[in-house]
Amino acid sequence: MAYSDKVVDHYNNPRNVGTLDKSSGEVGTGLVGAPECGDVMRLQIRVNPETQVIEEAKFKTFGCGSAIASSSLATEWVKGKTVAEALEIKNTDIVKELALPPVKIHCSVLAEDAIRAAIGDWKKKNGVAEAEAVATH
Amino acid sequence: MSNVTSNPDVPEGVSLPIYMDNHATSPMDPRVLEAMLPYFSVKFGNAASRNHSFGWEAEQGVEQAREQIARLIGATAKEIIFTSGATESNNLAIKGIAEMYRERGNHIITQVTEHKAVLDTCKRLEKYGYRVTYLPVKADGLIDLDDLRRAIDDKTILVTIMSANNEIGVIQPVAEIGNICHEKGVIFHTDAVQAVGKIPVDVQAMNIDVLSLTAHKIYGPKGVGALYVRRRNPRVQIAAQIDGGGHERGMRSGTLNVPGIVGLGKACAIAQEEMATEAVRLRAMRDHLRARLEAELDYVEVNGSWEHRLPGNLNMSFIYVEGESLLMGINDVAVSSGSACTSATLEPSYVLKALGLGDDVAHSSIRFGLGRFNTMAECDYVADKVIGIVKKLRELSPLYEMVKEGIDLSKIEWAAH
Ligand SMILES: Cc1ncc(COP(=O)(O)O)c(C=O)c1O
Ligand code: FES
Repeated sequence: MAYSDKVVDHYNNPRNVGTLDKSSGEVGTGLVGAPECGDVMRLQIRVNPETQVIEEAKFKTFGCGSAIASSSLATEWVKGKTVAEALEIKNTDIVKELALPPVKIHCSVLAEDAIRAAIGDWKKKNGVAEAEAVATH
Repeated sequence: MSNVTSNPDVPEGVSLPIYMDNHATSPMDPRVLEAMLPYFSVKFGNAASRNHSFGWEAEQGVEQAREQIARLIGATAKEIIFTSGATESNNLAIKGIAEMYRERGNHIITQVTEHKAVLDTCKRLEKYGYRVTYLPVKADGLIDLDDLRRAIDDKTILVTIMSANNEIGVIQPVAEIGNICHEKGVIFHTDAVQAVGKIPVDVQAMNIDVLSLTAHKIYGPKGVGALYVRRRNPRVQIAAQIDGGGHERGMRSGTLNVPGIVGLGKACAIAQEEMATEAVRLRAMRDHLRARLEAELDYVEVNGSWEHRLPGNLNMSFIYVEGESLLMGINDVAVSSGSACTSATLEPSYVLKALGLGDDVAHSSIRFGLGRFNTMAECDYVADKVIGIVKKLRELSPLYEMVKEGIDLSKIEWAAH
């Protein structure tokens, strides 16, 4: 498979790799995928309680290069956005930015799921109404 | 191979990119190419032309190749039928026997880790009213001989079990299978594509009745193979699947691919000469590669029996790292992975799954296929690369982090999707 330059760049220099303290009230954690499917993504956000701005985002991913690039890009994109804005990110935006081929679209879906799951977790912790924020598959 | 290089980062004995995927196909041996060349130009005759020297010359090349192939597997030249490769050989053997012996019975026995050329052929025969038993394999990839004995009934006409597997390199107990079939009067076919020229194969000693082989796995050209069909004790008959001019004693019509056949013959002759010493060399390199990977990485597993394995095969899982992402990090090394992410169907390797491995282990697998032109320096280069990338990807792996924290991954409720 030939990879786009952007996928290769994220693979070689993944942004925001790491772990946030998941017990902190300001941190939301999304863990999506399953080892049996060959892909597991964990995306974490730290949200400013006053402004609802995502000030920090970290990820770790077990998956193909496109899955790694999708989650790396997702952390870049959510940083600096409010929770509401981050929920606007669509997997199709990721597909476009990374020029993913059709067989790799599910890797981008997983990244969108991870954003939603992380925000959902943060909302639950902070008693924000669930509404549309729950991760759906 | 020439290793002259001016790049100071590339050690001596290494030429990039490194080809270490010799189960998929092998590079041509220059000696094979040299033997073939005249048959593309001056010796262009049709081997079936009986009336002039062009035909005789071509026929001579073909008959020499027949001898060379027969010698390598303990057969006689008359028992060798030329085909377009092992996919055709497997189809011809299984369909041809099924058709020829239909009155005697309709039951065929095979096993689950066969190549698709065998499995899909059997599946098609099921549609035509044949009954097929797919024997399971044990965790080491070997069939249980008692399973085989039990599966044979009075309607069984054919047992088809591969000699060595193309993914995990596991070698089946071919001689024992041959004995069982011989005792029960059932025809024994083996797909010996990965075994011929790599380990000793003797159709007499092993009671093999029909055998498939192909040139491009033994440093010969693509698109040419052969089928061995036993002529005595017992005489095996095969119904032709391609009709026409009656070439190859009516079993496979079509003008012979003379240059390809000459190449296959030469490849067999070289293998016969060099197999013993080559096996020692390959095994030493393969063992070294494994030892280095195991010394510097945790959570690595060899897939399939270590003892009953081709000398050039190493199939390993680097748990908590997905195979395609690993391949991406070693892009100057050609190997392959059993991960779903690398396959068009997004299914992990059915061979690894048949061993009872979890999908997660299959997703993490890499097949190293060492061959004639690999060097020890290349093994070290590959080991360095793989170790570096696995460590890097484990830094990225949420699973590795969780396991290191003592979390039991099987207890987590993963979101199905
Ligand atoms: C075990 C086995 N059988 C059959 C084949 C098919 O051979 P060919 O490529 O000559 O059709 C292969 C290789 O692809 C193989 O590894
Ligand atoms: S994680 Fe399997 S294809 Fe991307």
